[in-house]
Amino acid sequence: MPIDILMPALSPTMEEGTLSKWLKKEGDSVSSGDVIAEIETDKATMEVESIDEGVIGKIFVEEGTENVKVNSRIAVILEDGESADSISDAASSNASATSEADTEQPADTDQASAPVAAQPKEASAPADPEIPAGTPMVSTTVREALRDAMAEEMRRDGDVFVMGEEVAEYQGAYKITQGLLQEFGADRVIDTPITEHGFAGLGVGAAMSGLRPIVEFMTFNFAMQAIDQIINSAAKTLYMSGGQMGAPIVFRGPNGAASRVGAQHSHDYAAWYSNVPGLKVVMPYSAADAKGLLKAAIRDPNPIIFLENEILYGQSFDVPDIEDLVLPIGKARIARSGTDVTLVSFGIGMTYALKAADELSAMGIEAEVVDLRTIRPMDVDTIIKSVMKTGRCVAIEEGFPQSGVGAEIVAQVMEKAFDFLDAPALRICGKDVPMPYAANLEKLALPNVGEVIEAVKAVTYTD
Amino acid sequence: MAAAKQSTTRVKTSAAKAATSRAAGTSTQRKTRSKSTKPAVADFTKDQEVKAFRDMLLIRRFEEKAGQLYGMGLIGGFCHLYIGQEAVVVGMQMAIDEGDQVITGYRDHGHMLACGMDPKGVMAELTGRIGGYSRGKGGSMHMFSKEKNFYGGHGIVAGQVSLGTGLAFSNHYRKNDRVALTYFGDGAANQGQVYESLNMAELWKLPCIYIIENNRYAMGTSVARSSSQPDFYRRGESFGVPGKQVDGMDVRSVKALGDEAVTWCRAGKGPMILEMLTYRYRGHSMSDPAKYRTKEEVQKMRDEQDPIEQVRKRLLEKDWAKEDELKEYDKEVRSIVAESAEYAQASPEPDASELWTDIYR
Repeated sequence: MPIDILMPALSPTMEEGTLSKWLKKEGDSVSSGDVIAEIETDKATMEVESIDEGVIGKIFVEEGTENVKVNSRIAVILEDGESADSISDAASSNASATSEADTEQPADTDQASAPVAAQPKEASAPADPEIPAGTPMVSTTVREALRDAMAEEMRRDGDVFVMGEEVAEYQGAYKITQGLLQEFGADRVIDTPITEHGFAGLGVGAAMSGLRPIVEFMTFNFAMQAIDQIINSAAKTLYMSGGQMGAPIVFRGPNGAASRVGAQHSHDYAAWYSNVPGLKVVMPYSAADAKGLLKAAIRDPNPIIFLENEILYGQSFDVPDIEDLVLPIGKARIARSGTDVTLVSFGIGMTYALKAADELSAMGIEAEVVDLRTIRPMDVDTIIKSVMKTGRCVAIEEGFPQSGVGAEIVAQVMEKAFDFLDAPALRICGKDVPMPYAANLEKLALPNVGEVIEAVKAVTYTD
Repeated sequence: MAAAKQSTTRVKTSAAKAATSRAAGTSTQRKTRSKSTKPAVADFTKDQEVKAFRDMLLIRRFEEKAGQLYGMGLIGGFCHLYIGQEAVVVGMQMAIDEGDQVITGYRDHGHMLACGMDPKGVMAELTGRIGGYSRGKGGSMHMFSKEKNFYGGHGIVAGQVSLGTGLAFSNHYRKNDRVALTYFGDGAANQGQVYESLNMAELWKLPCIYIIENNRYAMGTSVARSSSQPDFYRRGESFGVPGKQVDGMDVRSVKALGDEAVTWCRAGKGPMILEMLTYRYRGHSMSDPAKYRTKEEVQKMRDEQDPIEQVRKRLLEKDWAKEDELKEYDKEVRSIVAESAEYAQASPEPDASELWTDIYR
């Protein structure tokens, strides 16, 4: 069967070009890889290479011809024993990817009108498990809660291991992994060199092949070295593989400002990671949430960014003394009920929100405080329900204002509860400056309770 | 049929020559656990030669077809062809066992075929159809197969090096005797995370074979213009990772060195670097007119070192195959490829609902 040679496209956007030169003539034999012609566009000159063997039976487009349409027939190759007589003027019937029909845009054949993408399923997370009445509460620091969560999950599943800088022999730079080396040994509690990009990638590779790594960053500031692996490898692989291969991995460590550690050690990355589909971003405030959510994160089949806070590590909270405290990722918690204004926060931002709510209560304003706990997927329902009740909203975070988590909260409220708002939704954020070192300036750079109270007064039109 | 190739503009460059000559005589560095070798190549059996011939031919014909479909507008975006480098992946694949893992960068079609992935699924991914390995959501650079232990298909230069080290870490953690083949190019070899990975792999004795496919050009930048130390097999020296260099155009040499590295890794001795001196005939991607090298340089490689021609010659010389039989193999391979191309065009585009699937589990 004669084989057509078609005018190739050099790029998806090329429609026509010049056939500048024939390097073979009719009757010449060609084999795979032979250059048979040169074509030109305004951008480049390229060679046309044969991928079949045979004899050039006929040339349809003379050299020097301009505006030759892509996919038009420029020559025909005859295979052994075929004669030029068998060439018809019509395109040959050898359909091997060369017939005219193939040049139609396949996209258009089955979709007459613009495709309407289905919306993502908004599966709402289950509620927190019931804590039976009479369950004893144990005062626990966030530090201990995180350690207990890892230890429990490592006992439960041999595929879970923790790696990072100083996690083993040093017992953790912030002592979060205290005691784990002694219990689980050096095969499962692994000190890494200072090599964030490398060990983050190594962790993702281990997760892709079925292990359950917990990768500790000494701080998320250092994870900037590794953010390529977190985003390009961990977050996107499940999608790029059509669901075949994901990365069940937890990246955890302190995030945001500590105390007077300067601009390079104080960044809050909640907004950064929350921008990325494929990641889940958890940022707990209390010790119970830290424990229950870290356990959930370790069991979750997706890559999780688990943002802790150095200042909260030492704070104590009541943690229910139950066998297996696993809390739902993606579910906010009403930390305080109220009727007059909704304060939405997460992580250390909750300290401002709760203190402000107490002071506001003394002034006769009852604030409802929503602790997001998970930034992505965000429990927008809980926020909206609360705002529909109170008609006012203030979002509080330590991160920067532009494109921040607060910006997202306010946008969601505007889109979904506009008619219920009695005042514009406001944000209280860290100031739009790199974190300064001086004690007084650092204090100014962070949000404070006074700012939250002022914002609430503004949205409730209180003097 | 036809496919677009490089520009006719000729720019004289001695870059490639400089790279090879430097690569040749380097057996005298101090503390050489690494060495440059032209090992005595173990001859293949007839079956091995035939297998290598067919596997390499499948990659060659598949890539030619992919180039053609790209020219027809059926494949979009980036498309990096493996033509010329076939012996590397085919030789290495002959050195490993089932269960060993493979990971590579974006010039990945050859690796997938060598791993035994279905050409139909690969081609349909290239055309962005539901029948593709990633249901049309990955494209040329992003395909995976859990079943065949192929871990991608990665688009960030050198990203796969840390990931591959992680695959080896899994093997080490599970004590399962498997090795991870981590492929990357001479361009990727200059990325920082490669050295972070080499350090950890040697520190923890991870069973990882780092295969550097030195095809002389990182896109358009020659080794001589990008690498202060162009002997890539020596890149692990400061970590104590042994390295060897081999003619990556000779499938037997690749296989012999692969065997050695696999034995090394399975013995728990840690990682090894294999530098494969190879060459890509086509441009970096389909839209690369390859002005950075001469046409003569490409032609010389094709004429004198083509990996498939080498095997063809041996098969004929030893009278292990007749010209007719080889033609028959070619015909079979062509029909497999033609079938994959037909499938890749017949398979429908993914349903719009696929937009929202596979983001989370």
